[in-house]
Amino acid sequence: MADYLTLFVESVFVENLALAFFLGMCTFLAVSKKIETALGLGIAVMFVQGITVPVNNLLYQYFLKDGALAWAGLSDVDLSFLGLISYIAVIAALVQILEMAMDRFVPALYSALGIFLPLITVNCAILGGTLFMVERDYSFGQSVVYGFGSGFGWALAIVAFAGIREKLKYSDVPNGLQGLGITFITCGLVAMGFMAFSGMKF
Amino acid sequence: MNSDTKKVITDPLFNNNPIALQILGVCSALAVTSKLAPSLVMCLALTSVLACSNVVVSVIRNHIPSSIRIIVQMIIISSLVIIVDQLLKAFLFEISKQLSVFVGLIITNCIVLGRAEAYAMKNSPGMSFLDGIGNGLGYSLILILVGSIRELFGSGSLLEYPIFPLVTDGGWFTPIGLMLVPPGAFFIVGFLIWGLRTWKVEQVENPEYQIRHVHRLEDA
Repeated sequence: MADYLTLFVESVFVENLALAFFLGMCTFLAVSKKIETALGLGIAVMFVQGITVPVNNLLYQYFLKDGALAWAGLSDVDLSFLGLISYIAVIAALVQILEMAMDRFVPALYSALGIFLPLITVNCAILGGTLFMVERDYSFGQSVVYGFGSGFGWALAIVAFAGIREKLKYSDVPNGLQGLGITFITCGLVAMGFMAFSGMKF
Repeated sequence: MNSDTKKVITDPLFNNNPIALQILGVCSALAVTSKLAPSLVMCLALTSVLACSNVVVSVIRNHIPSSIRIIVQMIIISSLVIIVDQLLKAFLFEISKQLSVFVGLIITNCIVLGRAEAYAMKNSPGMSFLDGIGNGLGYSLILILVGSIRELFGSGSLLEYPIFPLVTDGGWFTPIGLMLVPPGAFFIVGFLIWGLRTWKVEQVENPEYQIRHVHRLEDA
C-alpha cells in the first residue's frame, strides 16, 4: 500500500507530466487562459489518463511484450514494435467511447467539456503516460495508480497556471514578450516551484 | 527555384515558425534539448517523418474520405514513427535511450498532424514535401539554438566537446545548473521568442496569435 502511495505522490508532484516532462505543452499553453476551461480540460485528461494507462498496460502485458503471447501458444513472438500504433488506436477508440458514454449518461459534463474531449487523443500527456508505463514496466496495480496520479498532476498544473495567467493579463509586459513569451517565462517559474517537490521522499 | 517554392521552405524559419509563433510541437522542443546531440537526432527524426507523411498524405489525398481523414493520417504518421524508432534503436542506441519516449511522441507532435491537415491535404506531393522540409527546418532551428545554449552554459561543452574549461578540471567556468533543469528550457524559449519578435515586429501585433488582450496606457 505504501508503495502505491509513494508512486501516486511522485507522479503528481515530483514527476509532473506537464512541468517536469513538458508533456501536453501545446494544449497546456493554449487552453490555460481561463480557470474554468482549464478545469474542464484537466478533469477530462485525468479521466482519460486513468482509463487508458491501465488498458494499455493489459495490452502490453498480454499481447505485445516479448513472450507475452505464451498463453496462446506463441511463446517466441515479440510484437513490441507494434506498440506505438496499438496504443494510439486504443487511446483514440477509448476517447470515442468515453465521448458517447458521457453524452448518454452525464450530458452536463459532456457539454461542459465540449471540443476538449476529442482533442485529448492528440494530447502528448496521454500517449506519454502510456509510454512511461511501458518503459518502467509497471504492474497492473501500479499502472492504475500511475495513470490516475499523472492525470491529476497534469490537471493540477494547468489549473494553477490558468489562475496565474488570469492575473497576468493586467500586468504591463514589454512589447516583444507579450503573449507567448511571458507565458513561457511564467511557466518556467511555476516549474521551478514544482522542482521544490523533488526532494520529497516517503 | 522559383519564388513560390522558396517561400514554402523559408517562411517557417522566421516568419511563421512552428514553435515560436504557432505553439506547435513545444513538448519535444523543451524536453530533449538539455544536450545538443539528442536535439540534432530529434530534428532529423521529426523532419524526415514530417516530409514523408506530407508526401504520403498528399499522394492519397483525393482518396481519403473526409470523415475518417484524421484516423488515416494518424495511421500513416504512426507507421512512419515506428520505422524511425526502430532505425534509431538499431543504429543510435545510446541516443535513442536518452530520447526515451519522445521519439514515440512524434505521433502526437502537433506539427506533423497540423501540416498534414493544413497543407498536404490541399497541395501536390512535391510542394508538400518542401513544406515538410521547411517546417522541419523551422522546428530544428529552435531546437538547435536551445540545445546549444543549454549544453554550452549547462555543462560547458558542445556535442560533448569541451568549450569552456570547467572549475572542476582546473578551469574558470562554473556550469549553470539552471540550464539543465526544466525551468531553464522555458526561460530560454521565452527569451528566444522575445528576441524574434523584437526583430520581426509584425509578429507582436498579429491578432490571430495574440493570446490575450492587452490594456496599455499608450494605446488608450
